[in-house]
Amino acid sequence: MTRWLPSPLLSLALLLLWLMLNQTLEPAHLLLGAALAIAAPLLTAPLRPFKARIRRPGAVLRLFCWSFLEIIRSCFNVSRIILFSKADNLNSQFIKIPLSLQDPTGLAVLSCLINCTPGTVWVEILQDTHELSLHVFDLHDENWWIDTIKHRYESPLMTIFEQEVP
Amino acid sequence: MMQIPADIPAWLAIIVALLLICGSLITLVGTLGLLRLPHFYQRIHGPAITITFGAGCFLLASMLYFTALQERPVIHELLITAFIMLTAPVTAMLLMRTAVYRDLRNGRRIADMATDPQPVTGLSATAGAKSSGLMEEPRDRNPE
Repeated sequence: MTRWLPSPLLSLALLLLWLMLNQTLEPAHLLLGAALAIAAPLLTAPLRPFKARIRRPGAVLRLFCWSFLEIIRSCFNVSRIILFSKADNLNSQFIKIPLSLQDPTGLAVLSCLINCTPGTVWVEILQDTHELSLHVFDLHDENWWIDTIKHRYESPLMTIFEQEVP
Repeated sequence: MMQIPADIPAWLAIIVALLLICGSLITLVGTLGLLRLPHFYQRIHGPAITITFGAGCFLLASMLYFTALQERPVIHELLITAFIMLTAPVTAMLLMRTAVYRDLRNGRRIADMATDPQPVTGLSATAGAKSSGLMEEPRDRNPE
């Protein structure tokens, strides 16, 4: 099992991808998709130096629901700002957020979620202090951002990807 | 004008039309942001609403419409969503880092960096080292 399917979730995702691309559930495509799902993870294993382990599907679901709502809310905020406020009144700022998440996959997911949310763009992680440098479109309260990112994004990601919860 | 096929129920056609209008409006607002906002670090936020909410509306409309039209679930638009969610953030981050790097290298004050004298990004180390020879470079117009 572990020899042929080292990462079952990735294989399942590939099989689903194949079936959705072809829009079918025919046995032939199932077979082809299964072959792809087994072969691709094995062949690309050297390209994935970090083995990600996903725990707590409940936390994953909660995180994505929250991000989804947050994306929609930010969309309306950004639209409102573009349409109705003067550009001079905008308080665009770089802020720094101290991170304690270390897992590379978790950080990748965090960067995707933050960049998908309109109004925030990830710049980089400062190497010496492990702080996240973030650009915010219209900053009102820096502490609110730090609090939101630490509690809403970072702590779920830590329960999902990291061994122990501090 | 495209005719609405007869086998699409009216209520669904209305929902699809509303979604399309909503998506178009959001796309328009995003583009307007790209046009109106004064400098790069603000302009990067405009199209973000287009790729999330705008594209989301269009894809949802497409899923509903073709599911009704072909009388089977058509959900491969979800793949487009997934790929957008994976690729767009990378583009945004690369653009942002390039802009910060360019500004630091040209010795330009980054508009949004607060009074904080400590640099907000670590890119300053690499950018600063090269700044001497590159000052003659024509600066692009960046109205601030």
